[in-house]
Amino acid sequence: MTDDVDRNRRHFLTVATAVTGGAGIALAAIPFLSSLKPSARAQALGAPVEVPIGSLEPGEMIRVEWRGRLVFVLRRSKEMLERLDQTKEMDLLRDPDSAVVEQQPQFAVNGYRSIKPEFLVLEGSCTHLGCAPLPQFQVGPSDDWFGGFFCPCHGSKFDLAGRVYKGVPAPTNLRVPPYRFIRDDVIMIGAETGAA
Amino acid sequence: MLKAGRLIAVLMTLGLHSASFAAGGAKLEPAGNDVDNVVSLQRGARNFMNYCSGCHSARYVRFNNVARGLGLSEDQVIENLMFNAEKTFETIRAAMPAEDAARWFGQAPPDLSLMARARGTDYVYSFLKGFYIDPDSPTGVDNVILAGTSMPHVLWELQGLQTAEFTNVEQQGVVFDRFELFSPGALSPEEYDSFVRDTVNFMEYIAEPVRSTRRKLGVWVLMFLTVFLVIASMLKKQIWKDVT
Amino acid sequence: MARIESEIGTPKGGFMKWIDDRFPFTETLKAHATEYYASKNFNIWYIFGVLATVVLVIQLLTGIFLTMNYKPSAAEAFASVEYIMRDVEWGWLIRYMHSTGASFFFIVVYLHMFRAMLYGSYKKPRELIWIIGMLIFFVLMAEAFAGYLLPWGQMSYWGAQVIISLFGAIPFVGETLVEYIRGDYSISDITLNRFFALHVIALPLALVALVFVHIVALHHVGSNNPDGIEIKNHKGPDGIPLDGVAFHPYHTSKDLVYIIAFLMIFSFVMFFAPEMGGYFLEHANFEPANTMATPEHIAPVWYFTPFYAILRAVPNKLWGAILMAAAVLLPLFLPWLDRSRVKSIRYRGWIYKTALAVFAVSFLVLGWLGVQPAEGVYVMMARIFSVLYFGFFLLMPYYTAIDKTKPVPDRVVYHA
Repeated sequence: MTDDVDRNRRHFLTVATAVTGGAGIALAAIPFLSSLKPSARAQALGAPVEVPIGSLEPGEMIRVEWRGRLVFVLRRSKEMLERLDQTKEMDLLRDPDSAVVEQQPQFAVNGYRSIKPEFLVLEGSCTHLGCAPLPQFQVGPSDDWFGGFFCPCHGSKFDLAGRVYKGVPAPTNLRVPPYRFIRDDVIMIGAETGAA
Repeated sequence: MLKAGRLIAVLMTLGLHSASFAAGGAKLEPAGNDVDNVVSLQRGARNFMNYCSGCHSARYVRFNNVARGLGLSEDQVIENLMFNAEKTFETIRAAMPAEDAARWFGQAPPDLSLMARARGTDYVYSFLKGFYIDPDSPTGVDNVILAGTSMPHVLWELQGLQTAEFTNVEQQGVVFDRFELFSPGALSPEEYDSFVRDTVNFMEYIAEPVRSTRRKLGVWVLMFLTVFLVIASMLKKQIWKDVT
Repeated sequence: MARIESEIGTPKGGFMKWIDDRFPFTETLKAHATEYYASKNFNIWYIFGVLATVVLVIQLLTGIFLTMNYKPSAAEAFASVEYIMRDVEWGWLIRYMHSTGASFFFIVVYLHMFRAMLYGSYKKPRELIWIIGMLIFFVLMAEAFAGYLLPWGQMSYWGAQVIISLFGAIPFVGETLVEYIRGDYSISDITLNRFFALHVIALPLALVALVFVHIVALHHVGSNNPDGIEIKNHKGPDGIPLDGVAFHPYHTSKDLVYIIAFLMIFSFVMFFAPEMGGYFLEHANFEPANTMATPEHIAPVWYFTPFYAILRAVPNKLWGAILMAAAVLLPLFLPWLDRSRVKSIRYRGWIYKTALAVFAVSFLVLGWLGVQPAEGVYVMMARIFSVLYFGFFLLMPYYTAIDKTKPVPDRVVYHA
């Protein structure tokens, strides 16, 4: 009789101790795991960067760094913008309408994947395995190439809006980082809102 | 519970914190600051940025962390505290370049991030109150806490100028006795004390910004462990019933 | 009881059998937990070995995470510690755990060693356990010393300067040895870099390996107890020592209670007094190392002060160093210095009890003297207590042999 009570009590206490101890270990793990996050310094160094674009000629591209990552800023010429329709019409693209939500801020879900049609801002990191794609803006020589970005590592191809071609290893379009125009000739990469 | 935590904290402070750091010279005067007094910290931050940060950096202290710790908005910090910084994540840098400072003062003014922790708040408090007129010194003043300091009396307009009286004590030689006010400053002595107290308070805060967080967390951790201790003791008693 | 045994004790089919066919998992568990029998009358002195293991785990774990953010260079070390304290999320907690853990490691280890002296745990057949334990202590001292340089504060720098200079007292090779330790003509970036290597790789590896061997040897011989009786001499018909209880669940459930109580003390210090009045984290170490100015008051961290006091008690560099080394090494010979026929203090005579008390007091007073300035009455006191410290060891063969012992009972004293 008492033996039964003891056994139940012992079982209950064993479980209670295990649960409390487990909870303690889980709570103690939080600081250790949180310490792996980007620190205040990393956040400070990764703060938005301002990029002057006033001197960019049509067809010219500059490379800038944000959070240690490569970002392309391309001023597309009228003629380049027209070529964007061709890749889409010829059904060369995997995601022509920027349906994959994570690949761009809401403002870039349009035919140009940008705020102003002229200025394209893209992260220069191939969505396959992170190599830096090369700009190849001229048309041809193959008849399905209308200018865009070519990744030398595994041959992925993207058009002049960073949209990925079908039949290449990269699964999604090149990512558009958050950015905004502070003035007509200055963009800030890294923030859609907030003070300069 | 909070009260209990506070009591514990007070006991610890009494027992351990105030160990004297006397570094020669005059006796240290207790600063009597309270790091939990946020209003005092805000005043201290303003004092620090207005009077200290011209020459001294606090290179480990970020403005946005100060804002969080002192209950200020980032805009308030930008407007009232950031004189030579642009972004709130920047740290407190001296307005004066270190090389210039070294040339003018003989040595670069030390970084103040940890000064209150290294020397103690009483030391800094007494130091800031310890300047006296010394015509032989290149800065015109010397200090009873740190004799021969190369720091000029930056706060003289507030404190005024004082002279120091020394007496000859047997066995110890010349010992500091008391100050005489030579010319009053913009603040009364009481106002000046509280000005320095607030400043020192802020320096204690920046020396260990997590202090209040750690003490709050400590209370929770101890409560959790107490519960765990009770459960584990019951289990131990139950299991040891087998042993005769 | 029976239930618990059936859960862990018997080999099962399926997965456990698959494992056990390839690795002695269940067997190891039995040998070291469910069927490792230790005396049922352990008192609180018997907890410090477990607690030392707990602290070791804390130090290893927090150390790994500190290493992720610390920079072992003279230019960056100090700033990287402040970076951990301020910029790394929760970095302050991990750092305080590590700094508090360092001091608690020594508190726990000193008490663990004193336990062995109280109950004669170093005596036959446990001499080797004691010697391995002393080796652990030596490595721990080296580990703590190397670690103390890493924050690159004023105390780090000047403390290391003083201790490393000690080796210069050795005739002929001293100065060369000092240069080999520093890797430079003074303590520098190079010294810091190699101390970092020792602190995070070499010494922890040695520590863990020695702790493992320490426990293997202990479980081979069996634990001592407060009566100093070999419980293996009185076994029941089932071959289980009559005075023993299984490590698991009996000692584990008891240890857990003590571990939690220990963590409460640990947390109390860590959350409410991480500097411990300047003894766990010294004030001067909040100033970056300055090779041009020594702090006015320089003392090693508290856990080295008893030996430091002995060093300073001797007005000669070489002999000071020799006596300090002797003070650290002497306990190694306890198994052979102690001639008593009984192990436990419970059955020893008044002479050993007095001697042990004098030793304990001397050790504490020397520790206190180590942080006082070396002048006036303090020097005299340091000399007196140094003599007492050495007397305890050197006269031991004599006084333990003549000390009148009481008869030791057959079975351990236990009141349920």
